[in-house]
Amino acid sequence: MNARAFIKKYTMVLALIIVFILFTILTGGRLILSQNISNLLLQNAYVLVMACGMLLCILTGGNVDLSIGSTLCLSAALAAKLLDNNMPTPVAILASLCVAAVIGIWQGWLIGYIHIPPFICTLAGMFLFRGIARVILDSRTMSIMNKSFLGLFTSYITIPGIDENKHCISALFVGILIAILLTLITITNRKRREKQGYQVPKLSAVLLRTIVFDVLIVIYSYKLMGYKGIPVMLLWILVVVFIFAFITSSTVFGRYFYAVGGNEKATKLSGIDPRKVYFWAYFLMSLLAGLSGLLVGARIGSVDGNMGNSYEMDAIASCFIGGASAYGGSGTVQGIMIGAILLGVINQGMSILGLPDQYQYIVKGGVLLAAVVFDVVSNHKTGKS
Amino acid sequence: MSDIILEMRNIVKEYPGVKALNDVNFKVKRGEIHALVGENGAGKSTLMNVLSGTIPYGQYTGDIIYNGKVCKFNSIKESEKIGIAVVHQELALIPELTIAENMFMGNERKNKFGVIDWNRTFKDATDSMRKVGLKESSQVLVKDIGTGKQQLVEIAKALSKHCKLLVLDEPTSSLNEEDSKMLLDMILEFKKEGISSIIITHKLNEVAYCADEITVLRDGQTIETMENPNHDIDEDRIIRGMVGRELTDRYPAREHNVKDEVLFEAKDWTVYHPVYTEKCMVHNVSFHVRKGEIVGFSGLQGAGRTELAMSLFGRSYGSHISGKEYIKGEEVHLKNEADAIRHGLAYATEDRKTNGLILSQSIAKNTTLACMKKISNSHGIVNEAEEIQQAQAFVDAMHTKTPSIQQNVGNLSGGNQQKVLLAKWMFAEPDILILDEPTRGIDVGAKYEIYQIMNDMVAQGKAVIMISSELPELLGMCDRIYVMNEGMKVAEFNREEVTQEKIMSAILSSKDQPKEELA
Repeated sequence: MNARAFIKKYTMVLALIIVFILFTILTGGRLILSQNISNLLLQNAYVLVMACGMLLCILTGGNVDLSIGSTLCLSAALAAKLLDNNMPTPVAILASLCVAAVIGIWQGWLIGYIHIPPFICTLAGMFLFRGIARVILDSRTMSIMNKSFLGLFTSYITIPGIDENKHCISALFVGILIAILLTLITITNRKRREKQGYQVPKLSAVLLRTIVFDVLIVIYSYKLMGYKGIPVMLLWILVVVFIFAFITSSTVFGRYFYAVGGNEKATKLSGIDPRKVYFWAYFLMSLLAGLSGLLVGARIGSVDGNMGNSYEMDAIASCFIGGASAYGGSGTVQGIMIGAILLGVINQGMSILGLPDQYQYIVKGGVLLAAVVFDVVSNHKTGKS
Repeated sequence: MSDIILEMRNIVKEYPGVKALNDVNFKVKRGEIHALVGENGAGKSTLMNVLSGTIPYGQYTGDIIYNGKVCKFNSIKESEKIGIAVVHQELALIPELTIAENMFMGNERKNKFGVIDWNRTFKDATDSMRKVGLKESSQVLVKDIGTGKQQLVEIAKALSKHCKLLVLDEPTSSLNEEDSKMLLDMILEFKKEGISSIIITHKLNEVAYCADEITVLRDGQTIETMENPNHDIDEDRIIRGMVGRELTDRYPAREHNVKDEVLFEAKDWTVYHPVYTEKCMVHNVSFHVRKGEIVGFSGLQGAGRTELAMSLFGRSYGSHISGKEYIKGEEVHLKNEADAIRHGLAYATEDRKTNGLILSQSIAKNTTLACMKKISNSHGIVNEAEEIQQAQAFVDAMHTKTPSIQQNVGNLSGGNQQKVLLAKWMFAEPDILILDEPTRGIDVGAKYEIYQIMNDMVAQGKAVIMISSELPELLGMCDRIYVMNEGMKVAEFNREEVTQEKIMSAILSSKDQPKEELA
C-alpha cells in the first residue's frame, strides 16, 4: 500500500488523531486527564449505541430514522415513571425495552411491508413518541433515584483488595489481559486459516496492527485506572458495538443490509426478501434507542420532555463522518465508531475550552460537511451512478 | 469542402493504468454510414465520448477535424452546436416527462424571458417525431411507450438539433429484429438526406446491411477499415478483424443428449400485469424442458417471454397468476424467489445492471449472493476465505477478466459482468436455469464462452431455458424452440426443422388473429 492509498483508507483515523492532538494542545493537556478520557465514551454512549442501528438503516439505501431521539425519551420516561412507582428495576428495564421493540415492529412493518418512505414514517414517529413521552412525564422533570437501576448503568467495577487506593489497578490488569488475549487470538486465527489453505495477510502487517491496538487498549485502561476504574456503561457500549460489528461484517444476515442498499431488485431476485431487511433495520434501531434511553436516563439521573432532542442527528452525523455512503450499501461499524468518537472529542474539547454551544454547532456542521465532501471527491462518487 | 466530414487523428486517451485509446485514426466520408465494430472494451464508446466532448479537450491527445476545421470541444453542447449528435447506448430519457419535454431537454423552446413556449415545444417535437415514424402524441409520457420507441425518441431528439453527423451507440441492442430493421432503414433514409452516421453495434448482420465502410477497433487501436459497397461483406471477415483470430465456429459443438425425464413443466400459465391488472401478459402457455436440453424462447419485444419466466420464478412478476408448475414431475407452488431457488430453479435476468448485480460490490460478494448458505455455517456466520476461494474458482473457470476477485462488478465490461451473473446462478446449483437474453450487448468472444458454459450445464444433466431476440443464436444453441407472440405460445420447432424464416412467419402470421382463436 502506498502513502496515497493509506491516507485514503485511514482518512478519518488520521483526522481523529490530528483533532485529538490539536485539542490536547489547545486545552493544555486537560483533554487527556483521566477523568476526561473516561467520560469521553460515557458522555457519548447514546451516539455510539444508536449509530450502530442507524448504520443498518443507512445501509439499506441511505434511509435514516428520525424518531430515535423521541423513542429514547419515551423509553427513559417510562423507566423513570415505573421506578418512581416503586417498581423493581428489572420490570422497568424490560418494560422500556418492550416499548422500544413495539415501536420498532410498528415502524419496521410500516416501512418494510407497507412501503411508507422511512423519512416520513420516522418523522411522524418523532412527533408521536415525544408526545407520548411527555404525557407519561406529565410535562415534568422526573428524577431517577433507584440505586439498583443507577448502579446497573453508571457504577464502576472495583475489586475489593486490589482497588483500595485512589488508583483502580484492576482496570489496568484487565486492559493488559485483553491486549494479550487479542494478540493470541489474532495470531492463532491467522495460523488456522493458513493451515486450511486460505489466503492470509502478511504476518508483519497483522502484528503491527495488533500491536497498535494493544498499545491503545493499555493506555486507555491506564487512564481508566486513574479515574474510578472500569465503568459499567463502557461494557454496555462494548457489547452492543461488538455484536453489531460482528453482524455486519461476518454474518449472512448482515450481508443482506449491504445487498439491499447496493441493488434492491437484484437482491430480491436472488431470493432475499428486502421487506424483512427493512423490518430488521428499523426494529433493531428502535431497540437500541430504547437501550440508549436507559443509559442516558441513568447517567443524567433525571428525565424531562426534551431529553434526546436531536440525538438522532448525532447518530446520523457519526455514520456519515465515519464513511457510510449516503446512498446505502457501504459503511462499517468500525468506521462509524471513529466518526462518533471524532464528534465526541470535538464536543468535549470545546466544552473544556469553555466555548459556548453555538460554536460547537458550527464546528460540528463543518466537520460533517468536510467529511462527506472529502469522501465524495476522493472516491469520485458522483451521485448515484 | 472535402468529402471527408470527420477525421480523428492519433487519438490517445489514457485512464490510470490502462490505455483506452492508443493512436486511433478514423475517417468518416460525407453522407456515408460508417460502422465501428470491436469487442467489448475495444474503445468504441470512449472514442465517441472524445468526439462528442464528453471527454473534454485536454484529457486526450490528438486532433478532431470536422468539416476541415480542428475542433476542441469542452462539452457536449459545443459538439452539438456544429452538428454532431450522439445517441447513447443507455437511454438517457426521463420516464416521468413527456416525449416533447425529453426532446428539448437543455434546449428548451422558450421566449426571451426564459418562459417555455409549450405550443412550439409540442409542435417541433411532433415534427421531429414524424421524421422517425413515431405516430404518438408528443405529450405522451416516455414511460408509457416501449423501449423500441424510446430509442426512436432519442434519434428524433438528435435530429431536432439539426445534426449533420449522427452517432448511434448500439441503437438496436434492446430491440427485436423487426424494430431493428426499421431503425436501420431509417438511418439509410437519413443518408439520402445527406446525414452521415457512425453506428456502433455488435450485430454484424446489421453492419453488413447498412454500413458503407467498417472500421475495426481492437484493444484501443484501429486495426483496419473495410469497404462494403455492395452490402454483402462476409460476417466472418469482420469477426476475424475484431478478435484477431478466425472464429471457425460461432457456436461451440455439443452432443445433443436429451434425456426423456422432464425437469420442468408449466401448464396453462396465465399472468396479468402487476399494475394494470386487467391486462393479460401471458395467456395459457404450456411448455416443458427435459434433462440435458436447451430450450429457446423466440419472439418480439413484449411477447411476454420475460414475464413468463419471471412469474414462474417464484412469482417475481405479475398478478392473478394461474396455471400449474411442475419440477421433476411434482407440482410446486413457489411462493417467492427463495422458494424457487430452493426447488432448483434459477432465473438470470436480461437486465444485469438493474436487476442482476450489485454493481458497487465485489465479484466475490455478487457470486455468492443467491446461495449464501454454501459459504456460511449453521449459525449464519460467513466464512469469507471460503467465499473468496469459491468465487475465484468461477472466475478461473469462466475466464472472467478482472484484476482481482475484490474488484467491484461495476468496473467490469459487459461480457465479464454477464459472466459474474452466470457464476452467481451456477453457484446456487440449480437444476433448471432460465437465461434471459444472456448475450445482450456483449462481444463475440465472450458470447462464445457463455455458449460454452451453457453446453457444460446441459452436459451435467441440467436444463437450460434461453430467451433470446437473436434468431441465429437460438438456432445455433437450442434443441427445441418455442415461439411466443403477444403473450401466447404460437409455435414450437425442433432443432432439425427450424429456420429463421419459419420462426418469423410464425410470429407474423399469428399477429392478425384474435386471441380467442389461438387460446
